[in-house]
Amino acid sequence: MNSALFVNIFRFIMLLAVQIIIFNNMNFLGFISPYPYILFIILYPVNSNKSGLLAASFFLGLCMDMFSNSGGFHTAACVILAYYRPYLFKFAFGLSYEYQTIKLNDVLTPERFTFLLLSVVIHHLILFTLEAFKFTLILDILLRTLLSSVFTLIICIIIIYLTKPNRR
Amino acid sequence: MQQIFNFIYKNSNRLLFLLLLGISLFLSIQSHSYHRSKLISSANFLSGGVYEKINNVSEYLNLRTQNDALAQENAKLRSLLFNAKDTSSIKKLDSLKGVNQNDIIVSKVIHNTFNTHENYLTINSGSLQGVKSDMGVINSLGIVGIIDNTSNNYATVISILNVKSQINAKLKKSNHFGSLTWDGKSTGFVQLTDVPRLASIRIGDTIVTGGQSVIFPENINIGTVSKRYYENETNYYKIDVKLFNDMTNLGHVYIIKSKNRDEIINLEKKKEKDE
Repeated sequence: MNSALFVNIFRFIMLLAVQIIIFNNMNFLGFISPYPYILFIILYPVNSNKSGLLAASFFLGLCMDMFSNSGGFHTAACVILAYYRPYLFKFAFGLSYEYQTIKLNDVLTPERFTFLLLSVVIHHLILFTLEAFKFTLILDILLRTLLSSVFTLIICIIIIYLTKPNRR
Repeated sequence: MQQIFNFIYKNSNRLLFLLLLGISLFLSIQSHSYHRSKLISSANFLSGGVYEKINNVSEYLNLRTQNDALAQENAKLRSLLFNAKDTSSIKKLDSLKGVNQNDIIVSKVIHNTFNTHENYLTINSGSLQGVKSDMGVINSLGIVGIIDNTSNNYATVISILNVKSQINAKLKKSNHFGSLTWDGKSTGFVQLTDVPRLASIRIGDTIVTGGQSVIFPENINIGTVSKRYYENETNYYKIDVKLFNDMTNLGHVYIIKSKNRDEIINLEKKKEKDE
């Protein structure tokens, strides 16, 4: 149990650092940037305390907001994603899902991909909507969400493959 | 009473979620007003310090371009110096434009964003160095933005690439003025709106800051006219201004302290009270 806690704290700090130092400076075409730091919420242990995840996501978002000067957009998006994560599990892995058997940090299956895709799109949609804050910019929001989601998804999958524990 | 506790215990996750969501939405909505909260900005101790460390490393990669820019500025200053008419004659102080009344603080950009609608810079001088809210920030090429929040050693700057920023600007040759805004599209262009129909505008004309602003002194470079549109609803011109500055690549900046600012604001307040 303790090792899981340490792994999570380590993941929190590493993802935040990599996001701030590298990915926040990637501005593909001037406005598309990936946000793979949400992998922390996605990879958080499935069977653990829900309020713990909510609080951790809140602080994750708050740190991101502090570093990217963005008010509370990241915080709101992270908290909402963390709260709806169990419903996404239910949707992606079917009703008869058993919490213990789901391992996201593994080879990509259609179920895992669905879960990743939905999480990323929900997070980005909320983030960019709050950022623009105007309904006249709806096309801009959708375009940003679409392009950034693709970018984030690719980088998330690469990170999962690079860090997955290898068994023989 | 028992039931209330039961309810709270049963729905603790939902209540926590609603509380945290409420806080974050409050922060989001507040951040869209002009003066934002001080807590969640990169001017605080933690994020400012981290950005300074990161910048210390990345600065090495840009030394060559920074050197080029400094060399160019030197060459320009030198040409001014050699072409000065007579160095022995007593120079007339230009008190009309108020240039000498401005102290300047030299600072360095340690973090820069330009990919959202509301972009901010972080610089490494703060209230201990005399930086206050609403001071103007320029560099050798033109204007950069306006100071937003300050902490002891850092400050955030509302970039001109921010849809909230509004700066008084005019045509250099004719004194017709308008307000400078950004439409959130391209990082190389800003928009000058509300320019009267009477103004004769040509492509390539220079746009400078206007004298109505208490933040910037008059005649600081902004950019050149690249396109102009005539707006039928308002009978005013809207101009696309190509910036002299490359806002994606900023190094050292100068912060302008206007001593007259408080006096002007007090005077204008007094006038409003009298009316």
